[in-house]
Amino acid sequence: MMNARIRNLRQQSLDARATLSAERALLVTRLLQSGRLAGEAVAIQRARVFQHILANQTLCIQPGELIVGERGPAPKATPTYPEICLHSLEDLEILNDRPKVPYASDAGMRQAYEEDIIPFWKGRTIRDHLFRQLPERWQAAYRAGVFTEFQEQRSPGHTVLGDKIYRRGFLDLKQDIAETAAALDFYNDPQALDKQEALQAMDIAADALIAFARRHARELTRLAAEETDPERAEELRRMAAICRKVPAHKPDTFWEALQYYWFVHVGVITELNPWDAFNPGRLDQHLYPFYRHETDAGTLTEERARELLQAFWIKFNNHPAPPKVGVTAKESNTYVDFALINTGGVNADGADAVNDLSYLILDVVEEMRLLQPSAMVQISKKNPDRFLKRALHIVKTGFGQPSIFNTDAIVQELVRQGKSIADARNGGASGCVESGAFGKECYILTGYFNLPKILELTLNDGVDPQTGERIGPDTGKAAAFTGFDDLFEAFERQLAYFVDIKILGNNIIERINAKYMPVPFLSLLIDDCIANGTDYNAGGARYNTSYIQGVGLGTVTDSLSSLKYNVFDRKLLSMPEMLRRLAEDFREAEALRRRLGEETPRYGNDDDRADDILRRVFEAYYRAINGRPNTKGGVHRINLLPTTVHVYFGSKLGATPDGRRSGTPLSEGISPVQGADRQGPTAVLKSAAKIDHVRTGGTLLNQKFLPHILADDTGIERLAQLVRTYFRMDGHHIQFNVVDAETLRKAQKDPEAHRDLIVRVAGYSDYFVDLTPELQEEIIRRTAHEGR
Amino acid sequence: MTQGTIFDIKKFAIHDGPGIRTTIFLKGCPMNCWWCHNPEGQRPEPESMAGGPGDTGPITVGALMSVGQVMAEIEKDLLFYDESGGGVTFSGGEPLLQPDFLAAVLAQCRRQGIHTALDTTGHAPADIMARIAPLVDLFLYDLKLLDDAHHRKYTGVSNDRLLANLRHLVRTGREVIIRFPLIPHINDTSDHLGKMKHFLQELGLRRIDLLPYHDIHRQKFHRLGHPDRLGDLAPPEADVIDRVKADLARDGFALTVGG
Repeated sequence: MMNARIRNLRQQSLDARATLSAERALLVTRLLQSGRLAGEAVAIQRARVFQHILANQTLCIQPGELIVGERGPAPKATPTYPEICLHSLEDLEILNDRPKVPYASDAGMRQAYEEDIIPFWKGRTIRDHLFRQLPERWQAAYRAGVFTEFQEQRSPGHTVLGDKIYRRGFLDLKQDIAETAAALDFYNDPQALDKQEALQAMDIAADALIAFARRHARELTRLAAEETDPERAEELRRMAAICRKVPAHKPDTFWEALQYYWFVHVGVITELNPWDAFNPGRLDQHLYPFYRHETDAGTLTEERARELLQAFWIKFNNHPAPPKVGVTAKESNTYVDFALINTGGVNADGADAVNDLSYLILDVVEEMRLLQPSAMVQISKKNPDRFLKRALHIVKTGFGQPSIFNTDAIVQELVRQGKSIADARNGGASGCVESGAFGKECYILTGYFNLPKILELTLNDGVDPQTGERIGPDTGKAAAFTGFDDLFEAFERQLAYFVDIKILGNNIIERINAKYMPVPFLSLLIDDCIANGTDYNAGGARYNTSYIQGVGLGTVTDSLSSLKYNVFDRKLLSMPEMLRRLAEDFREAEALRRRLGEETPRYGNDDDRADDILRRVFEAYYRAINGRPNTKGGVHRINLLPTTVHVYFGSKLGATPDGRRSGTPLSEGISPVQGADRQGPTAVLKSAAKIDHVRTGGTLLNQKFLPHILADDTGIERLAQLVRTYFRMDGHHIQFNVVDAETLRKAQKDPEAHRDLIVRVAGYSDYFVDLTPELQEEIIRRTAHEGR
Repeated sequence: MTQGTIFDIKKFAIHDGPGIRTTIFLKGCPMNCWWCHNPEGQRPEPESMAGGPGDTGPITVGALMSVGQVMAEIEKDLLFYDESGGGVTFSGGEPLLQPDFLAAVLAQCRRQGIHTALDTTGHAPADIMARIAPLVDLFLYDLKLLDDAHHRKYTGVSNDRLLANLRHLVRTGREVIIRFPLIPHINDTSDHLGKMKHFLQELGLRRIDLLPYHDIHRQKFHRLGHPDRLGDLAPPEADVIDRVKADLARDGFALTVGG
């Protein structure tokens, strides 16, 4: 239930156009141009820049708001970060004009860029540094689409806040800083001077946010004096009092806690543009003590708590992702900035942590139906089915939220990585599916890794057939492979070569960020940066992990399976013929292409002939990466997720032996190739569980269902059991795509790509593409009738 | 080695008994109902069926499988059965037409503690039913028409045997859910519903799965070259289903629609 205030704020947020704001970029540029920071240490400079932005940026307080603070001068006004990457005038124009996901900018913005920002930053951004230092073999692999690089346009982020701010104010953090500084040993610790600088920078950043909140307090007081509605005037005065109290002091009420988090959030995404944005993590756990205490005391009603949460949700939606540079008109990108709010799971003692607030948050997710923030439920074997079913009831409404995570797998993953059991249980998943020890870990996603491209390079002896350029080692002509093991050995050698290059690049990039782009504000928030006197980007966090995300597991498995089955085992065609067909993109060989797709044992059908190959690829990828050191005292790990990169990676890849046409998307996450799974959802889950999820930092599995399957309680019950069984097998994550009429229309036009779509017909379920046209129409009408 | 002729195996069957199930479709049926949903299951031997939408070309329906092969498929989803209280359902066609194979698979399931359901027309010799029944945990028992003349007309056989077998199952304490296909104008009349209620009350059977007729059989009939005797009979409207549901529920029957 939304009241009039929330309805208005929500509608405003939905209606607001995403724009670009030059304000932040101008403040940063002019401060640096002024020379006032000359001679300061880099860390101090960064703290002063942060302070300068927060002290001078336009404040935005909307009528009716309960939680205040915007990153830009208006909702969805998005700043740019020229320290990291510099938009060209052409970029601004394309962003303004493109039909999908536009960011509008005005003449003033373009003028500021032309006259001040571009002249100052050209050649000096982190992106420029990076591309100057990364060796040619890295750049060749990057251009070929072997891997991507997250830190090329965004600063290292990938962290989530723990419970610290709900227990301590920034004045307490300043005290911690002073204590660490007082204990520095300048005689025996050669890093003591660096630490002193880092701590001083954190101290400045803490002051900056306190001052930012107090600017809001003054503005709220002014607004209260002008307000004609006495009720709102009183509300504004209360809000002013809250902003005087937090973040300087620890919060004592539900409202204060939310406002405190929100100031912190704005601070993190103003300091730089970390990828993913930032995230309060286990919100139901953090807020419950306040909720419980106040509802018991009678100072907070459920309705008020709901309203405050709704207002909080709207703030996330007001903050689209910072847009990329070097964009092409075709690229659509997304406004989503990957804040993923966790509910459920277990507490530090391992007990069921689902509480009243967990359900209230799910209500808010269902009612608000906003693009941001995303929501997920953590499901442990200790959580009640009631909670899972509540989540599935929202999934059924078809907007893809919440996604469902296996707490028990996440805890095992984190403990295996060396985290304490309490830190693991207080953790969760962020971004898409990434496991992390919330509040204590810097876990950087460094880039996606194109596994099918490695196979293409293997089949072409290290030459990229798309360009004719040699980018990989010489691992032998494919025609000379005498069996599947020869092929796989060459694949492993190509893999090792490109993983080495990626890790070298990661080390270079980590070093650049540590040296030139410290983040004193983020360092305040993540343990143990203060205690270590070390910046987040320099290894100050308790745990430091670098991930390389494998993509196209389904495509590479099916392709290897096709080579094994069709070329080596049953000799349907020779290797030279296969290579020729791939090079020709199966031109005039449509029958062969279909046969390869249909007759090859494929991943997703609980068929060990394919799934054994899957395991082999997984183990090879794991061995190549897991445990290799990064520059921050931590190690590299793997996870398996694609976001939307499977489309880009597919565009850089020729035809594949599983019958996939050149340039078309790869399989996504650990999902089977689109349409390759023909044995229903239990077989998909069985296949997906054959990799050891516990040795990853997250895997992503998508499943499509039609609303009819979930129409009644029995359907929800069966789906819950499906989830529980997958989680018993250590599956990390699953999300259900409850498809709509539009998808069904696409399925009609392109049945081959939708062979796995299951629909409820009449008393039984069947594959949609197998139904008669009339029945398809009937089901589409039903779906459309149900609406969204 | 005992083999069976199987024409489909469906995983994640959630309308064929409790929990998440695997449904094994055995080929061959003594009836040929006008409204049959699975006409490709009628003939006992594998056969060719013309291509469906998307013109995939003719396909062969039905294959011989050993008990071991079928058990391997069933066992793949053990964890799903465990979690959901599910198991395996034998459907068809009419599974009782392959009694040796059916008994062998059922016995294996019993040994492994896998819950079994038999979706049957009940039209089988009494001795076969007596042999199979103790191996089955749950019967999904089709009841189409009580009037024998009508039954002969629309299914091709008398209902004597299936009624006798049903009485036998009830007498021996077997768990039975009645599956009632609701065919407009043929068995949805108040007269027939009254007879059916009376019959079931006499037997003390309360649970009914109402399966509203659907016209998806028509395309398969065409692909198999079978005559379509129902013409363009339309599926029952929602209000008809609701009326029948309410009628049966009023007399204390526990109903689910669509299995």
